[in-house]
Amino acid sequence: MPILVAENLVKRFGGFAAVDGVSLSVRPGEIAGLIGPNGAGKTTMFDLLAGSLTANSGRILIKGREVQAAPAYHRIATGLGRTFQIPRPFPEMTLVENVMLGRQRQIGERILPNWLAPRRVAREERETRDKAMALLDFMALSRLAREPARTLSGGQRKLLELARVLIAEPSIILLDEPAAGVNPSLLETIIARILDINRRGVTFLVIEHNMDMVVRLCGRVMVMASGKRLTEGAPAEVSRNPAVIEAYLGGSAA
Amino acid sequence: MIGFASYAFFFLTTALSYAIICLGLNLQWGQTGLFNVGVAGFVGIGAYASALLTTPATDAHLMGWGLPIAAGWLGAMLVSGTASALIGFATLRLRSDYLAITTFGVAVTIHLIALNAQRLTGGPYGIAFIPRPFNEVADRPLLFNGLNLALVAALTFVLYIASERLVRSPWGRVLRAIREDERAAASLGKSPSLYRLQAFALGGAVMGLGGALQAHFIGFIAPDNYLSSLTFLVWTMLIIGGSGNNRGAILGGVLVWALWSASGVAIGAIVPAEQQARAAALKIVAVGVFLALALLLRPRGLIGERTVVSRHLDE
Repeated sequence: MPILVAENLVKRFGGFAAVDGVSLSVRPGEIAGLIGPNGAGKTTMFDLLAGSLTANSGRILIKGREVQAAPAYHRIATGLGRTFQIPRPFPEMTLVENVMLGRQRQIGERILPNWLAPRRVAREERETRDKAMALLDFMALSRLAREPARTLSGGQRKLLELARVLIAEPSIILLDEPAAGVNPSLLETIIARILDINRRGVTFLVIEHNMDMVVRLCGRVMVMASGKRLTEGAPAEVSRNPAVIEAYLGGSAA
Repeated sequence: MIGFASYAFFFLTTALSYAIICLGLNLQWGQTGLFNVGVAGFVGIGAYASALLTTPATDAHLMGWGLPIAAGWLGAMLVSGTASALIGFATLRLRSDYLAITTFGVAVTIHLIALNAQRLTGGPYGIAFIPRPFNEVADRPLLFNGLNLALVAALTFVLYIASERLVRSPWGRVLRAIREDERAAASLGKSPSLYRLQAFALGGAVMGLGGALQAHFIGFIAPDNYLSSLTFLVWTMLIIGGSGNNRGAILGGVLVWALWSASGVAIGAIVPAEQQARAAALKIVAVGVFLALALLLRPRGLIGERTVVSRHLDE
């Protein structure tokens, strides 16, 4: 069974259909790519899958459960996490607390336990902190753990977002342009970490413009253009497809 | 000397009652970023609720159940907390500037209800004979004021501890995250509307308690106690003390109340008697100037917000 399915998703903004009847499916354990020229509707597609936007029609299934009507904050409980094209750390919070926030079902996130069971909350906080520190270590950010997140570079923010979503233990992560605005040395770290996480059983759906990165990460890519799905296949074969080349050239000429 | 001590006790009692209202606003604005410009309304709801529950039966207004003062205070928190939850449910989806206009309108509405629903609230005459704590020693001002100060200080301390436990926790961390980036917080499974509502209701309950305390210390309330100048005063206290910090909220409450009282004394000393009613408006001017200076010189307040949220991370 696919881990993530979209069926005939439509999203209109006024008269303009940003996503126009797109279907896709992601198999457990793979790293799938979603590519296409600027304005193809990839990020809108992500916003629909992640619940930030609600589709006008169509269905979304995560592990077989229909979720298209549920708000964004329900997605992670079904196992779907995401990162953003422009990273969104909590700028005034420290790195370690940015990551700690991502943990699910913390008893300390409810009001009463903080008054009635402070020791349980304290114990849970120590566990959460240790997990967060381990993840920061994994992302090579642990020496900055007590700095506010606003001090990070663009690439470090991408790594922080990845750590923050990983602590929630998702089964699938939507990555929106993990390579954008990242310096080359950090890019290698990001690629290595995505592959590490994937080997531990986490599925990915990745939007990416850097074709080199797409080839290195993805076994299969789906191509969108002008709000529609164009084709899918192995990265090398898709990049030779005349319709895909036409869409990219047409997109950049427009 | 005894007169001075007695006045100091009375002054601090009032100042701490404002500090409590500030703690409520700090939960809404300082922690969660909810721009509530209707503070006076929620304070007023608490004051009226407690007054109606505890005053002896009368023809002047409804209720007058003669309940113990503590029951009035609990009732005040319950009523203003519930009112905040209902108002919050209707308005918290609005962006900050619209929320400000809406809460302002709510406060005006509450004032008009207090003024016009005479059967319930006594109308413009207000409610008198609100029982005062330790009234049996009211003929000994030093003891009376001292006991009242001890009571409000103890309540302030309990509320401070309870707020710190709550705000410097995973719960407070979620509030902070929602304030800094709502979409990112939602993508991590936190419901912005649920947490906003919790903070708004809890903050409203604390403001209501502050209003109830003031009503019982003075023994009399009227609709005009709950105008927008009260909201302005409480906001100034929080901004000067340090928004996002509970100690800052308390410090700001005491300091700005001191400024308010001192400017009243100064006006009394300088301005001729027949002009004093008009000159009283200068108190608001003094507070406004103080606020402008604070914003220029120390925009984060005297004690600003900390970077680390959870108290469990203090080593």
